[in-house]
Amino acid sequence: MYDKEQVKKIAEAFEHWQQRTENDMKKFPERKQKFLSSSGYEFKRCYTPLDVAELDYLKDLGMPGEYPYTRGVQRTMYRGRFWTMRQYAGFGTAEETNKRFKYLLQQGQTGLSVAFDLPTQIGYDSDHPLAEGEVGRVGVAVDSLRDIEILFDGIPLKDVSTSMTINSTAVILLSMYAVTAQRQGAKIEELRGTIQNDILKEYIARGTYIFPPEPSMKIVTDIFEFCAEHMPKWNTISISGYHIREAGASAVQELAFTFGDAIAYVESAIKAGLDPNVFGRQLSFFFAAHNNFLEEIAKFRAARRIWAKIMKERFNVTNQDAMKLRFHTQTGGSTLTAQQPLNNIVRVAIQALAAVLGGTQSLHTNSFDEALGLPTEQSVQVALRTQQIIAYESGVADIVDPLAGSFAVEALTNEIEEKVWEYLEKIDSLGGMVRAIELGYVQKEIHKSAYEQQLAIEKGEQIVVGVNAFQTKEEKPVENILKVDPALEEKQKEALRQLREQRDNRAVAKALKELKQAAQEGKNIVPYVFEAVKCYATLGEISDVLREVYGEYTESTSI
Amino acid sequence: MKKYRILIAKPGLDGHDRGAKVVAHALRDAGFEVIYTGLRQTPEQIVKTAIQEDVDLIGLSILSGAHLQLSKKVIELMKKEGIANIPVFVGGIIPPDDVPRLLEIGVTRVFGPGTPLSKIVQEVREVLEGVTSTSGS
Repeated sequence: MYDKEQVKKIAEAFEHWQQRTENDMKKFPERKQKFLSSSGYEFKRCYTPLDVAELDYLKDLGMPGEYPYTRGVQRTMYRGRFWTMRQYAGFGTAEETNKRFKYLLQQGQTGLSVAFDLPTQIGYDSDHPLAEGEVGRVGVAVDSLRDIEILFDGIPLKDVSTSMTINSTAVILLSMYAVTAQRQGAKIEELRGTIQNDILKEYIARGTYIFPPEPSMKIVTDIFEFCAEHMPKWNTISISGYHIREAGASAVQELAFTFGDAIAYVESAIKAGLDPNVFGRQLSFFFAAHNNFLEEIAKFRAARRIWAKIMKERFNVTNQDAMKLRFHTQTGGSTLTAQQPLNNIVRVAIQALAAVLGGTQSLHTNSFDEALGLPTEQSVQVALRTQQIIAYESGVADIVDPLAGSFAVEALTNEIEEKVWEYLEKIDSLGGMVRAIELGYVQKEIHKSAYEQQLAIEKGEQIVVGVNAFQTKEEKPVENILKVDPALEEKQKEALRQLREQRDNRAVAKALKELKQAAQEGKNIVPYVFEAVKCYATLGEISDVLREVYGEYTESTSI
Repeated sequence: MKKYRILIAKPGLDGHDRGAKVVAHALRDAGFEVIYTGLRQTPEQIVKTAIQEDVDLIGLSILSGAHLQLSKKVIELMKKEGIANIPVFVGGIIPPDDVPRLLEIGVTRVFGPGTPLSKIVQEVREVLEGVTSTSGS
């Protein structure tokens, strides 16, 4: 970006400055020997044009909305429209969550995001023995289409965009959502939203797998194919670094393993005969925003550039829309502290600001009480207000990619990109991401990073305010932690019992039989799941049929 | 000196295993023998493993909110199998009011987010080596 003569002059000045600085440091040393990023590389004392001397503006940054999208996927970014403010919510029964959704919409939230309970995520009905104690805990309990009808009662699905955090049972929940929308009078072609549907990271980090990787990838591909034809506005997958990061990965590992997964999905879909120019437009991503402000901003910018290059250079995609990395961000749950919980409001604000400066398309801000339990209406309101303050008061949304050209931010963006390519080469050399997961390589890398982070906290090398420094003796307990009423599990089970009595059980048996046959024959299962869902076959029944055909995955446990 | 054996278990459907693995690693580094069950263990499986592996202490990691039911079930089964003398530690996202309830059920120690590994290791030593300690958080 600078001419050679200028660079030479700056280099000389920099050299002098370094000498003088090191001289001064004999008297006034710096706080630490090394200043490390979350990914273990060193931050320089000061970045100068020398660090970006090789940067080619048009090639490496480009204009906003243009390849390689470093500066954002839209030309006007938040000057056109703010990011979608989307708080992840769900607990108890469909009735209760429906009330929370309506509350959030009324408070100015612009999209919905559904949290499901663990039995729903792992394909068990609420009356399954393994569901005991888990019904409605970490999300809303869904057993059949009836629960989804209640969940979105009075919410017009043709107007709202909905994200569903659902993976191994994504095909079932997508079908329930689409059928509910149809019954509300909407056309499924016009539905907007996202299913997470990212099964690979479940084996690495989140743990809600059911089937082995191969049939799981088949279901993912079936969904890509179905949606490319019938639900073109729907994001068929949200390839997630969030959980990988929360499990202990660094910023670099978060990107590397997410793109490792993404490459595996694209390869699998291409192998099934799908065109990446078409399904590539429906891929979306999900990242975490943690505390290291500048590194996080650089991470998001690097992510866009890397993905554009992967699609263009590795998969020869020509459709610009299929090269754009569109992503949701959530602030870092694992950075929240149970100690002095109000401090979390500040952490969330810093992280959310990084996400916005990094150009996110949608954002969830965590509530300050989440290290203690489920968030209350009041804490969720503060979290949403944090986004609204950034949007309407801070002014950062008025300039597109305002930190571009910062020596530090551009240098960090380059550094992260380079380190991610190194990891991706390593994954390729192991035989791809599915193989790397089977070998336990990815899990080990993340665990190693998690353990090192914890040791750094123990040694006081990493300060966590209120936890290993600045503790208070007497902590005032947080009041009104939201509790899920244990009676609701019985209520949900009773409703399920009634459903099984009232529905047309012959139609259910027929639909399940046809689904089984389709799965055995390797057909696209999505239309068959639609039919099963329509006659109120339960999530557990549909999952059981698929378990019979595909088998179940058990993890190899090593620490 | 006897090498104590510790079972770190993930009961229920919760998939958050970062804490369980980090604690298991720290206990191993502190000189204990550690058996880690992996995800999705039923209380029955956990108690069976505890008996088979002849462990001296059980650590349950639960972040899904199902800690009361699951801990209760594990401890009831331990009583039934005659191993109620084995101390049970619980770690995870535990709302403060649930701590006394867990202790009442028969849990020996409860650790929430932010607990230093050194504290966990120290309390494991205290409990196993019979040193009295009164703190429960």
